Amino acid sequence: MKLMKALLTATAMTFAVAGAAQAKTLVYCSEGSPEGFDPAPWTAGTSFDASSRTIYNRLIEFAPGSTETVPGLAESWETSDDGMEITFHLRQGVKFHTTPYFTPTRDFNADDVIFSFMRQLDKSSPWYEYAPGIAWEYFDSTGMATAIKEIVRVDDHTVKFVLTRADATILATFPMDFASIVSKEYADQLDAAGTRERFNTHPVGTGAFTFVDYQQDAVIRYQAFADYWDGKQPIDDLIFAITVDPGVRQQKLVAGECDIIPYPNPADIEGMKANPDLTVMQQEGFNIGYLAYNTRQAPFDKPEVRRALNKAINKQAIIDAVFQGTGQAAVAPLPPTSWGYNDQLVDDPYDPAAARAELEAAGVSGLKMKVWAMPVQRPYNPNARRMAELIQADFAAIGVEVEIVSMEWGEYLAQSSALDRDGAVLLGWTGDNADPDNFLAVLLGCDGVGSNNRAQWCHQPYEDLIQKAKTTFDQEERKKLYDEAQVIFKQEAPWATIAHSIVTMPMRNSVQNFKQDPLGIHRFVGVDKSE
Amino acid sequence: MLRFALSRLLLVVPTFVGITLIAFLFIRILPGDPVLLMAGERGVSPERHAELMAQFGFDKPMWRQYVDYIGQLLQGNFGHSFSTKRPVLEEFMARFPATLELALCAIVLATVLGVAAGILAAVKRGSWIDQATMGTALVGYSMPIFWWALLLIILFSTSLGWTPVSGRIALTHYFPSVTGFMLVDSLLSGRPGAFASAVHHLVLPTIVLATIPLAVIARQTRSAMLEVLGEVYMMTARSKGLSPSRVIGLHALRNALIPVVTTIGLQVSVLMGGAILTETIFSWPGIGKWMIDSISRRDYQVVQGGLLLIAAMVMLVNLTVDLLYGLVNPRVRHV
Repeated sequence: MKLMKALLTATAMTFAVAGAAQAKTLVYCSEGSPEGFDPAPWTAGTSFDASSRTIYNRLIEFAPGSTETVPGLAESWETSDDGMEITFHLRQGVKFHTTPYFTPTRDFNADDVIFSFMRQLDKSSPWYEYAPGIAWEYFDSTGMATAIKEIVRVDDHTVKFVLTRADATILATFPMDFASIVSKEYADQLDAAGTRERFNTHPVGTGAFTFVDYQQDAVIRYQAFADYWDGKQPIDDLIFAITVDPGVRQQKLVAGECDIIPYPNPADIEGMKANPDLTVMQQEGFNIGYLAYNTRQAPFDKPEVRRALNKAINKQAIIDAVFQGTGQAAVAPLPPTSWGYNDQLVDDPYDPAAARAELEAAGVSGLKMKVWAMPVQRPYNPNARRMAELIQADFAAIGVEVEIVSMEWGEYLAQSSALDRDGAVLLGWTGDNADPDNFLAVLLGCDGVGSNNRAQWCHQPYEDLIQKAKTTFDQEERKKLYDEAQVIFKQEAPWATIAHSIVTMPMRNSVQNFKQDPLGIHRFVGVDKSE
Repeated sequence: MLRFALSRLLLVVPTFVGITLIAFLFIRILPGDPVLLMAGERGVSPERHAELMAQFGFDKPMWRQYVDYIGQLLQGNFGHSFSTKRPVLEEFMARFPATLELALCAIVLATVLGVAAGILAAVKRGSWIDQATMGTALVGYSMPIFWWALLLIILFSTSLGWTPVSGRIALTHYFPSVTGFMLVDSLLSGRPGAFASAVHHLVLPTIVLATIPLAVIARQTRSAMLEVLGEVYMMTARSKGLSPSRVIGLHALRNALIPVVTTIGLQVSVLMGGAILTETIFSWPGIGKWMIDSISRRDYQVVQGGLLLIAAMVMLVNLTVDLLYGLVNPRVRHV
């Protein structure tokens, strides 16, 4: 019977696909498999690309190719004068996807917004742990879990978030993937059927593309949503062809089996630029790779020692050898694409003679130190071992002896956070959202000492500025505070800022209107394909 | 024969228990903490860490975790993936047909070509054919799979455009999976060109995966054939005036095949290892890549369950080979 049913479905699909033979299809050869299609529990960009950025919307969205925010499912919003309430006015007439497993009977409304957040907040909700071990990592780590006091349904199309504290950074988290809006009506249907786990495998959203099918580790299929609130997409079908190996992705692109690919091998980029059938887009990544000294330990507790060491690092050599040209020397702890970036900062010059002299002036001689090299490849540091070796050579040139240490990734993350950690650590960060706080406070604030603040640096003048910025709602005012904080950072030098990666997106010339996203999101809203 | 079969079956039980223990310990011996790896640079507070470890029972003593695991297994429950939160058995079954399909094609190709090459080399012993065949087999055996696969892709897919770069079927063919075997599903779909596309996509991964087993089978067949060809009864067969094809095909090959059958059985486990790289390069959605990812994420339940299920498959193949061996060679039934 089961076989018969499958055969009948196969026949029906065959006819459907045959009818749509002329459909415009965009093939994106993605780098991996999504963990699931519920946009909230996961933390990997691969999962976000496949779920939240295709199938779902948020109340506030990032404008395509920008970190600027624009209205999404909320047409407008306002924050109360005391910063304790945010009221969203919802867009009307927004439809949820109709799929073989769900037919919505109503449009999107306030109930969906409340459900989308409360399932992550309310531990007594059956949805809080609807699959074994499910956790709401971003909801917790961005502080949403502690920031929301209650969510009030003002009317069908107005929702008020009552907060526990005035925090200017909270608004920046609404465009994040975990804040995607899901259908309460669909959740109720699954509840009644006792099949909650399907929420993660058979998604329903309001986004530009409707989920069609997922063949594990192979292909994800989507169809443009005809009733999308912002208009149907120029392409009809979107396919994610999962292709793990970057070399193979490149071959598929050249052979015309893919239209667009992420994360090419740096060594292949020049060849692709020379191919007349391909267009190669490049943009600074929203990340930072750094070397964090332990500012609690001598002699790294002295800013003059840290500044001297920074002058000994030849960043250009690192960019050439480690990033193979796909990197940019980092001056500030923020990427240049952030609105909080202080473009007036001047980087430490590469000057080994001055570095040696300044070390001597600080009374440091015969220094021996450890440099920790990550065992994994990350966007902000494609080869930490090689980077450590170059730093080792640079420091040797000024008489500092470096021992390179490395260990398993989980251990590395845990041990590098220890207050008494020996030496300087290579690490980095990719922004979760567009707010400068996500770099300047998370990585360098006093709260992060012993955890994400690997420099163990708690400097009160800097801390006062970033805390003040958190409660300042005027963006221009906040920018001034962050500019000042970055000047202090540069003077105090808790890190050697090494590089921001350059993100490369190669595509066939037929792909039109693709906008590279500074946050590393891959989304296909508005993308077209010429014949 | 029944006694022989039972003795082989009984051996399976302690082997299986041993594998549960090895699978359980293997992933735990590796340094690394699944929660820390999941959190990455973002980190996790000690309270949250403890909470997540408790959710999966990782906070319990090791022996207790093993007992729970065995209890769970006895109820047919392989646990849930720490990463995707989905049942391990469901994840395995979604991927296993792809691996099995590729492995079957590879072993068939390796056996047919390997046995033929081995016979040819043995019959033409010392000739240039023998040297060329065995030389090629040695090259095949020493070939780094990753390099070999990329070379074939660049030559046949990108330069000549004869084969697709990767995947199981052209993206234009879309039909629901019925059996999980693309060759079968494409036939069932009734879509014109679907089966041909599935075969087309199988060509390069099958060649790559078959390369090492083919070389081993060819070498084994040659040496077994040479041994048999030197036996007195072969001289008798020839002196009786039997045709060379009858002497080789009927008398020599039948006896030479006995060790070759064992070799083919052993190659199945080699194929599982080779599948990991082959699947990665050809974006083949099988269990190889899934297992590698799970090890790097320290997804305990997936690694345990996956290893156990793979081991069960390998044991089943070896048991079948043992029984076949008993049938082909009655002397072993009494050993």
